Amino acid sequence: MRRPGIPVIPNVVCPLCGCCCDDLEVTVRDDRIVAVKRACALSAAKFENYSNHRNTRPLVRKNGKLVKTSLQEAIERSAKILANSSYPVLYGWSSTSCEATKVGLELAEEIGGVIDNTSTICHGPSILAVQDVGLPGSTLGQIRHRADLVIYWASNPWSAHPRHMERYTALSEGRFQRSVWRRLLLAFHAESIRKRILRAASVAFKRRAPTSPPKETGAKRGTLAVEERKTIVVDVRRTRTADVADYFLQVEPGKDYEVLQALRALIRDGELDIGEVGGVPVETLEEIADTMVDCKFGVLFFGVGLTMSRGKLRNIDAAIRLVRDLNMRTKFVIMPMRGHFNVTGADTVFTWQTGYPYAVDFSQGYPRYNPGETSVVDILQRGDSDSALVVASDPVSNFPREATRNLVKNPLIVIDPHLSATALMADVVIPSAFVGIEAEGTTYRMDHVPLPLKKIVEPPEGYLPDEEILRRMLQEVRNLKRPIAS
Amino acid sequence: MQVSLLTGRTIDQGRGKEYGKLSKEYADNVAVCEMNPKDMEQLKVRDGGKVKVTTKSGSVVVTARKSRRIRSLGIVFIPYGPWANLILASDTHGTGMPLLKGVHAEVKLTEDNVLSLEELLTQWYGEEKSH
Repeated sequence: MRRPGIPVIPNVVCPLCGCCCDDLEVTVRDDRIVAVKRACALSAAKFENYSNHRNTRPLVRKNGKLVKTSLQEAIERSAKILANSSYPVLYGWSSTSCEATKVGLELAEEIGGVIDNTSTICHGPSILAVQDVGLPGSTLGQIRHRADLVIYWASNPWSAHPRHMERYTALSEGRFQRSVWRRLLLAFHAESIRKRILRAASVAFKRRAPTSPPKETGAKRGTLAVEERKTIVVDVRRTRTADVADYFLQVEPGKDYEVLQALRALIRDGELDIGEVGGVPVETLEEIADTMVDCKFGVLFFGVGLTMSRGKLRNIDAAIRLVRDLNMRTKFVIMPMRGHFNVTGADTVFTWQTGYPYAVDFSQGYPRYNPGETSVVDILQRGDSDSALVVASDPVSNFPREATRNLVKNPLIVIDPHLSATALMADVVIPSAFVGIEAEGTTYRMDHVPLPLKKIVEPPEGYLPDEEILRRMLQEVRNLKRPIAS
Repeated sequence: MQVSLLTGRTIDQGRGKEYGKLSKEYADNVAVCEMNPKDMEQLKVRDGGKVKVTTKSGSVVVTARKSRRIRSLGIVFIPYGPWANLILASDTHGTGMPLLKGVHAEVKLTEDNVLSLEELLTQWYGEEKSH
């Protein structure tokens, strides 16, 4: 219940995952967040804990230890490191605003560095495939109202995008498509009754109930013959998302490419002369192919399960081609499940500023793009870079060991509100305000819809937004490179 | 035991991350290896016991956790994070993306302890910053 005098801020855009839910209600008391309505578990954890475990003061490393310093000194020291580097790496960007990323690109050009965003170890391969074969897409609103077949392939929204199904797909009430909540509840109810009967039977007959479920080969759960919106999950593990799907298809790890290509053959009315593909019986694939062709508006959401496993960009290539084939028979779209709230924005800003979405190298004086060479993990693995600026990201936690070692070996500057593993290993740490909580900005939802992030509370004194810190750093670099006297 | 190592996101890893990378919640939910119960029986490791996971890039000690989500034998799952990344290779085969899922690995029972994030950073990267 709303009490007078306590401000409730409506329509807050969530700064967490690529869903960018824009319906949160945040209650603020004495400039502190006290409650968040409609937030998922991840979002609630962020709003409730953002002020713990954060960088509190600007720090610089002296004699191997991080010591407190002033903001001005931290910025000057960072500018000096960057201006004196021959091949600096600027990395992160997906958890900050588009406005900050724009300044970051200007800085990268000024110092002749490489700028890369977290797509590089996330949906980078998807981008490479999209550049090869295109991307039939739509907004999430269209999907909510019209999609009658939703496929999550190698993606686990229950864990990574908790409100995706509720807001945009199976569990949302669309104008032309009903939510499947009721059906799901009935299914759970039937399952619990079945278990109760089994338990009662085991007591009555004084013997053990059959504990092991019937062996599942590839798939089997529910039926696809329902005149309602359907959900299919394809994954190597039975994820929690699979539990709420109408159909779960378990593929052997690293065999997605084969399964996708088999489906393409079946959709073109081809016949497969083998029993199974990637651990899935061909009859099951035939049933799935029929369901795909028979739907009115289908959507395939794919996760990093495809980009991070064997085949990488080729898996995405096959998935997009499958959707292209399906469009000969019906209407089908495909969309990557983007992780961080503004990773789509980072790609977009990179593209409109430089022509390329990530892994952009300014060392020749003009933007160059060659993932595999100009991407940050490759640069670090080769040991080519001589310093790094990390903005709103934690590569020390998320990069493989060899890359991490070369990252921490050289001077490392971190601009981040979070106290992260990267901040612990840095030479300069500049705490910033949380964009979307303590600072405004623009973010792009996973379907490329831009949304405004709000400033809900004041940041602690002296904490600037990433954009402002970067602007000051850029100015310092320019002062160093082009002395005012000249 | 020879296995295929998967890494990925879990809701508890996502929440732990927001509690803070140095929080107990984060370490408890990320320095773990989810396994099929039958594989655990064969390894003689109990739920909460320690296992050493080794790949060609190195090895790391994590807590074994029983999972009913891993249906196939020979598959283990470690959430994204610094522990998993200690044993992943940086090579991207010219794509920009290292192989993070479906990596060949070996799992063994161990008496060693799981390193905290600070211990892990000091042990593996401490030298680089001691100058």
